[in-house]
Amino acid sequence: MTTNARTEATPMHMPAERIVPQSDLYETPSSTVRTPDAEPRPARIVARKVNVFYGAKQALFDVSIDIPERAVTAFIGPSGCGKSTFLRCLNRMNDTIEGCRVTGTIRLDGADIADPALDPVELRARVGMVFQKPNPFPKSIYENVAYGPRIHGLARARADLDAVVESSLRKAGLWGEVKDRLNEPGTGLSGGQQQRLCIARAIAVSPEVILMDEPCSALDPIATARIEELIDELTQNFTIVIVTHSMQQAARVSQRTAFFHLGNLVEEGPTDMIFTGPLEKRTQDYITGRFG
Amino acid sequence: MGQHTVTSFDEDLDAIDGLIHDMGDLAGAMVAAAARSLVTSDAALAQRVVSDDALMDAHQRELDDRAITLIAKRQPVAQDLRFVVGAIRMAADLERIGDLAKNIAKRVGAVGEGVAPRELSHSIEAMAQAVMVQVGAAVARYEARDAEALMRLRDDDEKIDVQYTAAFRELLTYMMEDPRNITACTHLLFCAKNLERIGDHVTNIAENAYYVLTGRQLPLNRPKHDETALTVEPD
Repeated sequence: MTTNARTEATPMHMPAERIVPQSDLYETPSSTVRTPDAEPRPARIVARKVNVFYGAKQALFDVSIDIPERAVTAFIGPSGCGKSTFLRCLNRMNDTIEGCRVTGTIRLDGADIADPALDPVELRARVGMVFQKPNPFPKSIYENVAYGPRIHGLARARADLDAVVESSLRKAGLWGEVKDRLNEPGTGLSGGQQQRLCIARAIAVSPEVILMDEPCSALDPIATARIEELIDELTQNFTIVIVTHSMQQAARVSQRTAFFHLGNLVEEGPTDMIFTGPLEKRTQDYITGRFG
Repeated sequence: MGQHTVTSFDEDLDAIDGLIHDMGDLAGAMVAAAARSLVTSDAALAQRVVSDDALMDAHQRELDDRAITLIAKRQPVAQDLRFVVGAIRMAADLERIGDLAKNIAKRVGAVGEGVAPRELSHSIEAMAQAVMVQVGAAVARYEARDAEALMRLRDDDEKIDVQYTAAFRELLTYMMEDPRNITACTHLLFCAKNLERIGDHVTNIAENAYYVLTGRQLPLNRPKHDETALTVEPD
């Protein structure tokens, strides 16, 4: 791995064709039970032997996984299993936690995200995040979406910014509901609308990967269905990783599912297979409600 | 198989398992009674098979209702989902076995008139014996969670197909010997065909049960030895 993988010649976002499809995942020794896709996709994120410690306590043990591009990967597992911890490694959100130490390598499009030359703020623009509780800025709807592109210098002229705001809100399925009140505060929207606003804000900076940490757990079933529909549409352009407590949601929205337990990645494979015939007994016990 | 955190989920599954068990027992009994009533010209026994079929239908409806309700309430996945869907399919096969047994029983009167059927139905008797064993074994192996035995059971259907071919030839011979046998032998031919079809449903049940237990499908190709389509006349 070169220390400075991105030079001036490479654009900020590497096109999918450039991603090396070969992977050493199945040669990497690990306790994880894996089943490849029938037609494997190129990996956007490659994680190898990731360990996370909170002080002396180890929260994650030797997690290795490929996150395939333009697909939804779901992380499931009981509370405290490490799925959110691992998700937060993918855009170095754990850096912000006192006493948290991460070992192993995580590469985004082949470049090590722990590279000191890589600005975490830029990384988080490339790997966006949507949280459990909608958290719009206490600003107007327009500003919520325009903020990211403006600080990252993706749109300078007002007309460009307007276009980015509109297209992001459209992709998030919110444009029709808010186009006449873009100057009203984002916090005045309903919970489901706020969450879609947060998704619009995340996609406004054209990330490669969107991380979603239980994005629907604070929403009612209809708002949840709209987010799931949106996730389906976003798969056309984005790589999505979703942590969810709803196994039915994981079954509905994802193409691959990874099951975590006690800090280990127990099993990962095509979602269809995980929910009809998982190979590991612990996976089976968890998804069928036989745990503990 | 461990217990669900929610106990009533296990109770719902157990109720479906119980119905499969009952239907399996009933199907075995119906096939045995139908075959016996045929070779002994026992009209009363045949009538009981006909009335048992109503019970079989009622069981199947109850199982369908329970399975649909369970899917709606619990959204089963993995082994639980395979179990519920497998139960629906096995119940359909068992119900068809009941129908075919009933059809055999209904022919008892028609065969029995004039000719002593026992003379004509040696090969059918043997075939019925083999089918009965298969029907009983399918549900028993499933309940014993014995996937290997189910795989062998499926392959055993080959033997029934061979016996069916033999029965076909034998009945054809009787008809050529004496045209007065034609009515009885034609009915017996249908009975033989019904027994062969029952064997096919047992095969379905074994395949289904194997999938429920293992999550893997058995390969499509299995030995086939029904040659009646090629049989024009006995040698």
